[in-house]
Amino acid sequence: MAEFQTLTHDVLVVGAGGAGLRAAIEASAAGVKVGLVSKSLLGKAHTVMAEGGVAAALANVDDRDGWRVHFADTMRGGQYMNHPRMAELHAREAPDRVRELEAWGAVFDRTKDGRILQRNFGGHKYPRLAHVGDRTGLEMIRTLQDHGIHLGIDVHMEHTIVGLLKDGGRIAGAFAYDRERGRFKVFHAKAVVLATGGIGRAYRITSNSWEYTGDGHSLAYHAGASLKDMEFVQFHPTGMVWPPSVRGILVTEGVRGEGGVLRNKDGKRFMFEDIPENYRPQTADNEEEGWRYTQGDKNARRPPELLTRDHVARCIMREVRQGRGSPHGGVYLDIAWIKERLPRGEEHIKRKLPSMYHQFKQLAGIDITKEPMEVGPTTHYMMGGVNVDPDTQMSDVPGLFAAGECAAGLHGANRLGGNSLSDLIVFGKRAGEHAAKFAVANAAPRIDNSQVEALARRALEPFERDTSENPYQIQHELQDQMQDLAGIVRRREEMEQALDVIENLKRRAARATVKGNREFNPGWHTALDLENLLTVSEAITRAALERKESRGAHFRDDFPEKNAEEGKVNIIIRKTAGGAMSVSREPVPPMSGELKQIIEEMK
Amino acid sequence: MSTQVTFRIWRGEKGAGQLRDYTTEISSGMVVLDAVHRIQATQANDLACRWNCKAGKCGSCSAEVNGKPRLMCMTRMSDLPADKPITIEPLRAFPHLRDLVTDVSWNYDVKKKIRKYQPRKPDNPDGTWSMEQDDIDRVQEFRKCIECYLCQDVCHVLREHGLHPDFIGPRFLVYSAALEMHPADTADRLPDLKNDLGIGYCNITKCCTKVCPESIAITDNAIIPLKERVVDRYYDPIKRIFRAITGSGGD
Ligand SMILES: Cc1cc2nc3c(=O)[nH]c(=O)nc-3n(C[C@H](O)[C@H](O)[C@H](O)COP(=O)(O)OP(=O)(O)OC[C@H]3O[C@@H](n4cnc5c(N)ncnc54)[C@H](O)[C@@H]3O)c2cc1C
Ligand code: SF4
Ligand code: SF4
Ligand code: FES
Repeated sequence: MAEFQTLTHDVLVVGAGGAGLRAAIEASAAGVKVGLVSKSLLGKAHTVMAEGGVAAALANVDDRDGWRVHFADTMRGGQYMNHPRMAELHAREAPDRVRELEAWGAVFDRTKDGRILQRNFGGHKYPRLAHVGDRTGLEMIRTLQDHGIHLGIDVHMEHTIVGLLKDGGRIAGAFAYDRERGRFKVFHAKAVVLATGGIGRAYRITSNSWEYTGDGHSLAYHAGASLKDMEFVQFHPTGMVWPPSVRGILVTEGVRGEGGVLRNKDGKRFMFEDIPENYRPQTADNEEEGWRYTQGDKNARRPPELLTRDHVARCIMREVRQGRGSPHGGVYLDIAWIKERLPRGEEHIKRKLPSMYHQFKQLAGIDITKEPMEVGPTTHYMMGGVNVDPDTQMSDVPGLFAAGECAAGLHGANRLGGNSLSDLIVFGKRAGEHAAKFAVANAAPRIDNSQVEALARRALEPFERDTSENPYQIQHELQDQMQDLAGIVRRREEMEQALDVIENLKRRAARATVKGNREFNPGWHTALDLENLLTVSEAITRAALERKESRGAHFRDDFPEKNAEEGKVNIIIRKTAGGAMSVSREPVPPMSGELKQIIEEMK
Repeated sequence: MSTQVTFRIWRGEKGAGQLRDYTTEISSGMVVLDAVHRIQATQANDLACRWNCKAGKCGSCSAEVNGKPRLMCMTRMSDLPADKPITIEPLRAFPHLRDLVTDVSWNYDVKKKIRKYQPRKPDNPDGTWSMEQDDIDRVQEFRKCIECYLCQDVCHVLREHGLHPDFIGPRFLVYSAALEMHPADTADRLPDLKNDLGIGYCNITKCCTKVCPESIAITDNAIIPLKERVVDRYYDPIKRIFRAITGSGGD
């Protein structure tokens, strides 16, 4: 039998973004032995890229805010597909989690009276996002990282988990290779927390990095856990569209929060033309009122640019399709115009949106204080994920937990901006706490060598094949097809076609070959990630076929309206004993009386 | 518009290797990292490099492009001469692993040596601190750091003299400054800075400041004020007493 280095921990956290770091910190505070692995270097996870802010009803800027309002906003934004208990816990606990970051050294922008400043964002009734200019994610990850390194957490950077190990029904650990040397390692653990983030690399146009290959989703699925809400993929309305090489890079919603407006090629603010019924009472119907809202007028209603992301993305698509787009197939996002209203507008833009200024200046040669930006939708965030218990974050595999973007439930059919960073710290903490409890309450599981050997054998196959499929090529083809066949606008025939494509690519992936050796070989890494990408692509497509209505981020051309019956269920994906992917429906978890009343009051 | 450009990329392991030529097509708006990706996807699947955000936010894609330390994702092809081959090499101040990837773990070890944030008791009953924006502007400048280590790469104390065991380098002087100048922090890092962390090795050449992609005024705003604090404490008691009496900044 092959001998691999084995490392033993009570809790193994997979992923070192906000969710993973917060989980590791909590588990280690509980006194158990914690391991933390990540594909990239510490501090480079996606969380570092978050811009706009972290949502928490601190009520520093508007004292009418509170957890109830945040809860109601989150549910409305998610089109009531959310797990109500998760939305409740999130809204209640986010303020404490944000204040805790301050205690650990985070330096948020301040209000005039010296408290944490909060900004407006789409779908949030009051200014709610604590932020640091437009680099909030950096502040958050650095704070957690710098706090965490002093707690004795055993960190393994640049290690990729390729399979979960089980002892009967429960989790027993995970199997990994280190990127640097290509050596295999066995992580023996009583509890595993998945905090691997999203799936954006399944699409061609995305704001996500190479890491987002849906590893956690796929690892959990193959280990027998169920996935939920996989049809809900968020397309952020504003990604860069030009030059081609930067297509998809995010333009923060903070631009619109600061007063940026969307216009078509005729200069028209098209968002005023289509305001959904359920948002009409809280949306401005004229430009003047919208502007006053962005400048903090509490009596003004928000401009339609700050409607939820699914809606804004579709309005942009409509303008482009109907020939009113910008030269490179987007629309215009204009922040420069605020100079007409603000005396020192130019400085204000640079101060509030420094990294956007930088990004456009350097990558597109555009000065956003002078010219409008060109923007269009980009694949951004995965609402769906591992189906977890709302209080403990445990999946239906005992000992396997999930938190952050790879877990499902909080966001329902559409996530509000800022609700992800808060998700990470609220549920990261909960996952860490309960994983530690689980580890204390249970004896060490047994590692089954045959599972380890099978994983090792599979991982090495790409080196041994004498075929010549280029893994990058397969990845690119998948991305193109998912973009075209299972993207923003979906149809039955196209999605069925997508399933055929996926089957075909699976066969090709089984022939993917890599050259070179095992040391830091991105070709090999890409080949191994293919299985995950194909698994999540299939899950997305199957769930999207099943939901025969349009709701939130899921839009079907053949079922363009909401359907009340469909609105009562979540779609669940599971691996059957025979290895096939099964799709089923489960009722959306019921709301407690108190929560129902809140929803009624805030209608 | 597209043109063919030749890239001369360092290939090899553990310091042994050579520059190898790859020619690829460049279209408008491309950055160096795009070209590296294109070469990786079509000609050299195993070409090792790090990247994540492709937008200058994560500090992963540091390399030496035409001899200058830069983020590959923020270096536009149009800013480089296209008639000559473009060389891309790994950072030189850290042990080489493979191709464009170096072992930067030393940086992570260094950070652990710096005393962590220790706030005073919260000012407010909800566990928060009252801080004016003016009081944190400077600290926020330092906290923009994306840990790309380009500054570490150019600092001669590390690059040429290899004094890694004795000197933490500009990145961690910035980190120390962010903590020292945090209005709510109470820890004292000056003895460490003077001794173990080796602030004295910096002779203010300002090379670090010039390469910082976040435009942090590393020397002027972080290192020099820290050096002054160290000097005030350890070498100039009279001036210190004078300052205490007059309350003047003295400089
Ligand atoms: C450009 C951009 C801007 C955003 N802005 C905002 C914002 O303003 N507000 C907001 O709330 N949200 C925002 N989001 C969303 C938010 O940033 C992410 O959803 C969130 O950071 C995800 O955090 P996470 O901890 O779940 O995962 P991540 O931070 O992505 O971390 C995932 C970790 O898992 C590791 N990993 C993955 N697979 C494996 C594996 N197989 N083995 C080992 N390790 C693995 C990775 O290496 C990484 O360390 C933004 C997202 C993007 C892309
Ligand atoms: S100023 Fe100091 S830290 Fe910066 S490069 Fe020069 S010697 Fe190094
Ligand atoms: S200080 Fe600047 S150059 Fe140095 S690591 Fe930070 S961002 Fe990079
Ligand atoms: S890839 Fe993130 S800084 Fe270049």
